[in-house]
Amino acid sequence: MRNKIKGISASRGIAIASPYLLKSPDLSFEKREIDDEEKELKRFHGAINQSKVDLSSIQKKVSVEEAKIFDAHLLLLEDPELISAIETKIKDEKSNAEAALDEVMTTYIDMFEALDDEYLKERAADIKDIMKRIMAHLLNKWLPDLSLIKDEVIIVAKDLTPSETAQLDIRYVKGFVTDIGGKTSHSAIMARTMGIPAVVGTSLASEHIGENDLVIIDGEQGEVYINPDSETVKSYEKRRDEDKQHKETLKQYIDLPTELKDGHTVKLNANIGSPSDVKQALENGAEGIGLYRTEFLYMESHQAPTEEEQFEAYKTVLEQMGDRPVTVRTLDIGGDKELSYLQLPKEENPFLGLRAIRYTLKEKELFATQLRALLRASVYGTLKIMFPMISTIEEFIMAKNMLLAEKQKLVVEGISVSDNIDVGIMVETPSVIMLMEQFAQIADFFSIGTNDLTQYTFACDRMNENVSYLYQSHNPAIFTMIAKVAQAAKKYGKKVSVCGELASDDVAQAVLVGLGVEELSMNAPSILGSRFSLINHVKEDLEILALEVTKMKTQEELMKQVNKFLTQITV
Amino acid sequence: MTEQTFTVITEEGLHARPATILVKKASEFQADINLVYHDKTVNLKSIMGVMALGIPHGASFSITVNGEDEKEGLTALATILKDEGIAE
Repeated sequence: MRNKIKGISASRGIAIASPYLLKSPDLSFEKREIDDEEKELKRFHGAINQSKVDLSSIQKKVSVEEAKIFDAHLLLLEDPELISAIETKIKDEKSNAEAALDEVMTTYIDMFEALDDEYLKERAADIKDIMKRIMAHLLNKWLPDLSLIKDEVIIVAKDLTPSETAQLDIRYVKGFVTDIGGKTSHSAIMARTMGIPAVVGTSLASEHIGENDLVIIDGEQGEVYINPDSETVKSYEKRRDEDKQHKETLKQYIDLPTELKDGHTVKLNANIGSPSDVKQALENGAEGIGLYRTEFLYMESHQAPTEEEQFEAYKTVLEQMGDRPVTVRTLDIGGDKELSYLQLPKEENPFLGLRAIRYTLKEKELFATQLRALLRASVYGTLKIMFPMISTIEEFIMAKNMLLAEKQKLVVEGISVSDNIDVGIMVETPSVIMLMEQFAQIADFFSIGTNDLTQYTFACDRMNENVSYLYQSHNPAIFTMIAKVAQAAKKYGKKVSVCGELASDDVAQAVLVGLGVEELSMNAPSILGSRFSLINHVKEDLEILALEVTKMKTQEELMKQVNKFLTQITV
Repeated sequence: MTEQTFTVITEEGLHARPATILVKKASEFQADINLVYHDKTVNLKSIMGVMALGIPHGASFSITVNGEDEKEGLTALATILKDEGIAE
């Protein structure tokens, strides 16, 4: 079937490859009586052995931390109680292996789910996982496994969970297409971080794409082509190769400053999620880390990371960045990011609820552990700490006091801590902007998270497709707010950075620099392109442009005006 | 039959990691090895059995070993529990 599907552009670029369908196979079966028990037992043990082979090969490909989980999975496959219970059912009840497996495993799953311990409840998921794998082998069905991909593919899925996205190996995964999700959903952000094209929110791509189809992703337009004609393939191959060439040309800007025509400089930093992202940041000419999202440390494992584990991660990033500053955002959990082991309460409005700094100020021990790890790591580079989702002065003071208290404790313990740690806040709520003059007197720096700021300014849930028309990140309202932040910060000699999606958008960049934003932090793959376009500007022209757009009425008007300005520059 | 009583010293309790270590070690021996906690007895070679008990930090449990290599088995288990900081 030849087809073109429209979705939402989540990450730019062109990918042309075979699809990898991330679908759970149909594992339904019929319960029946068997007459050859020996044969049935052999079938069962065969499935167990094949499952062991699968797990061992996955285990070799994942991190040490994840490998430990598979250790437990492998032991489950050798569990004598489990195996003998299933064998008994096959021998005594003449049950087929599928039914025997299902009945025994379900008993265990129910037992674990009924336990009064969150951690053990979660083990039920492990047992389900194992059961699915054995069942798939019994039924000769194929179970998808992201870490086993060894050919160039485009992932096609209903949705990608953060852990699935984390397993993608970009040597082989050229891009992905999902049915649900939006521009700011987790998988979209990950795609931009990894620098691979992605189209999300296609509604039905996973149902339309077959295993033997050829797929093209146009990340720019948010379009997916299924079995396109040869001309389309040719023209996309050409564009893909041009993109590649452009990337090569950009490499000459890696070690250059982002200096405008008049000599005014802007700092371009990278957003990272883990120490392994630092390499990519440096390869793309990042002048610092503008946003280190520490929640990934907490999402990788089944329990909160220890002080030691966190210390190692922060130290690694600081050491690798040398004298380039690293801005770490303390744990930003809640909203759309959940952690099973933290037992966040279910809320009616999670984005207006207990998230980010609100949560860590409540769970003081968890927060103190992170602060201690950060303070201990501070001597290995230039550390800056910022708190997410601050909405009142008291929250900032409380958080900062906790930091100072932990610092004092460490000093008493004889552990050295840097005396030059800047402490700032994320600007994401309108209340902070209204009190910007006051905040500018007490915080050391400001980093504007434009995704949340847009959501809270327009009172629109960014995950809700029904109100997505209100999610107007380029509305003059947003730039007017940023103007206020920049003015107040300047008055008190404090720096302003933008670390949300706007930072890597060429229309927004021109206005932001014109408004007085001095640092932009973005996904590493966007840095060189941004540097390449920013150096063509003159600060004064951008200031005039910025003043104009803050007087405008609509996003549409603003986009038109800035695009006109940008076209004139490139001509 | 030989028997020894232990107290869990690891903060996380006898959860996945410690249970994995213990079950792996027990599986190396021929003898029947059971773990007794409160009034429940489970096969120490069964990861599900051990995990389902959810033995917390500070709790006491005992291990009973019955079979030809019972002495070596119990010694090996006691050693690994201590070395890994799980129980003593």
